[in-house]
Amino acid sequence: MSAAAAPARTSPVERGGIPVAGPRERAGDRLFRLTVTGFAGVILLAAFALAWQLTRGSLQTWKAFGFSFLTRTVWDPVSNDFGALPFLYGTVVSSLIALLIAVPLGVGSAVFLAELAPRRVSDAVSFAVELLAAVPSVILGLMGIFVLVPAVRACEPFLSKWLGFLPLFRGAPYGIGLLSAGLILALMILPYITSIAREVLLTVPRPLKEGMYALGATRWEMVRSVSLPYARSGIVGAAFLALGRALGETMAVTMVIGNTPQISASLFNPAYSMASVIANELAEAAGDKHLSALIAIGLVLFGVTIVVNGAARLLIYKTEGRK
Amino acid sequence: MKRNLLAVLAAATLAAPAFAQVATLTGAGATFPFPVYSKWFDEYHKVKPDLQINYQSIGSGGGIRQLTEKTVDFGASDGPMTDEQIQKAGGAVLHLPTVLGADVPAFNVEGVSELKLDGPTLAGIFLGTIAKWNDPALVKLNPGAKLPDAAITVVHRSDGSGTTYCFTDYLSKVSKEWATKVGKGTSVNWPVGLGGKGNEGVMGLVKQNPNSIGYVELIYAMQNGVPYAAVKNKAGKFLKASVEGVTAAAAGVKMPKDYRVSITDASGPKAYPISTFTWLLVYPKNPDAKGEQIKAFLRWMLKDGQRMAPALGYAPLPAVVKAKVAKTVETIQ
Repeated sequence: MSAAAAPARTSPVERGGIPVAGPRERAGDRLFRLTVTGFAGVILLAAFALAWQLTRGSLQTWKAFGFSFLTRTVWDPVSNDFGALPFLYGTVVSSLIALLIAVPLGVGSAVFLAELAPRRVSDAVSFAVELLAAVPSVILGLMGIFVLVPAVRACEPFLSKWLGFLPLFRGAPYGIGLLSAGLILALMILPYITSIAREVLLTVPRPLKEGMYALGATRWEMVRSVSLPYARSGIVGAAFLALGRALGETMAVTMVIGNTPQISASLFNPAYSMASVIANELAEAAGDKHLSALIAIGLVLFGVTIVVNGAARLLIYKTEGRK
Repeated sequence: MKRNLLAVLAAATLAAPAFAQVATLTGAGATFPFPVYSKWFDEYHKVKPDLQINYQSIGSGGGIRQLTEKTVDFGASDGPMTDEQIQKAGGAVLHLPTVLGADVPAFNVEGVSELKLDGPTLAGIFLGTIAKWNDPALVKLNPGAKLPDAAITVVHRSDGSGTTYCFTDYLSKVSKEWATKVGKGTSVNWPVGLGGKGNEGVMGLVKQNPNSIGYVELIYAMQNGVPYAAVKNKAGKFLKASVEGVTAAAAGVKMPKDYRVSITDASGPKAYPISTFTWLLVYPKNPDAKGEQIKAFLRWMLKDGQRMAPALGYAPLPAVVKAKVAKTVETIQ
């Protein structure tokens, strides 16, 4: 903080040596520093207040079930019997499916936009990609119900015919379920990955690329051995930002995941996510225990996001360190 | 400049009491009666321009919580408050029935447009014990229909809802197995099926999935033009849900003093069995002039408001119940 503020304090003097840095300016600088410190503090405070409130609201559940809340698979609001595992499973698996689809697609299209496409095409396409990121998730959810789900339902019999030896692709073709949830999430996070990866790839220094070409490398070789390694930490960061978004996405997932708290090997089967169960049941949760269990789910989701972000930091730190 | 700003501020503060002359009542709760409630509050504001009623349809559970915390003047719920909840809210909360609604089993089976169901069969389908459309129980009830040899896809609500409360309340009454295994509530642990969000979510799933069945509010099925089943009532008659059938169900039940009564599986030959009241929750004693304001609105609701209900797909209160509620309204302070 103070290191960043120091050059700002001297800069007016350096600029042409005009002595504008009077006592008033100093006071202004100080005010500025205090203000932005305050802003940063508010963010920190909000995060802590959130954790505190979630913990306080869910105490009843932790007291009743302890950590077994995380491993129990029942969710019965009538007899106040609660467990978080099916929701944890649904959230993590649907997000992983999304990542599995969106990362190759996103990085691939970013390479095209940054390296192959003419600048004008690239800018136009990037603009469209950013527009995609601005589509409200309820709209994507509706599209999911009316377009994606019927399409998935039509495809599922073929998937189980050809890939049915894997337990992943067995079961009744409802269309609704983990697979659809993963697909819609992939669509939602794709713009993040594409646009960040493109920006990062555009920062690869030209001399490095030209050096590769001078050595007789093809375009593919250049991308593989210069651009991608150079942009690696940025791309990893983009993937984790996208994963964070996927974990917390509520509306679109709720509309296509089938909302059934179960754990099954097949991607065709309906499942449930943490954000969905909160959105679905909070308004009508009249019982204290039910409410507390839903808030406990919120705390678990908060924890998962922290773990993912921590892992992202660690990974970026490691890849940067290797360079 | 600064002085101007001050002047504007001062003017604003002075002007504020002028706005305050329009009194406001705030309420929160059930989403199911929201269309008719918002119509009522709108129309009532036209009749009485000096009172504005502000209603937030945040769900029955939320309505009960906000009423308990006294952040609203009245609540609304599709299920009656439990004794425990009433204790928490200070010991006395009046339940005033306003309108009635019904759930219908909407289905999507190719070549079948009429379906007859009785309570145990419906419970069997939602328990998963009746898993195929050509199950003997279904064939026996529908001798003429061409029921396919296909698995039944069950669809239920995923969000907590008064619709679910009414439906599971009915199943608990007609099936012992349902009562012990699942029970009744705004959200329950469904043994089988897909969860759709809201009436539109359930409707969408039923429409898209061949051989499916799900429950939705009557008005929703009527608007969407999907076939829905006739359900056998306590008198042994098969009835398709209608506004009249729902009102008949309310007339056929013995009304307790606090109105906290379930009218599912009501007796009477014309009573549709999966029906429910929806209630406004009001404190018997209210601060300031609020008691009088609430009272005046409720009088108007019983007289003029009731007539607006059928057009919006809600069943009005039967005359017996209306007369009773009118007496209770007069006790509000």
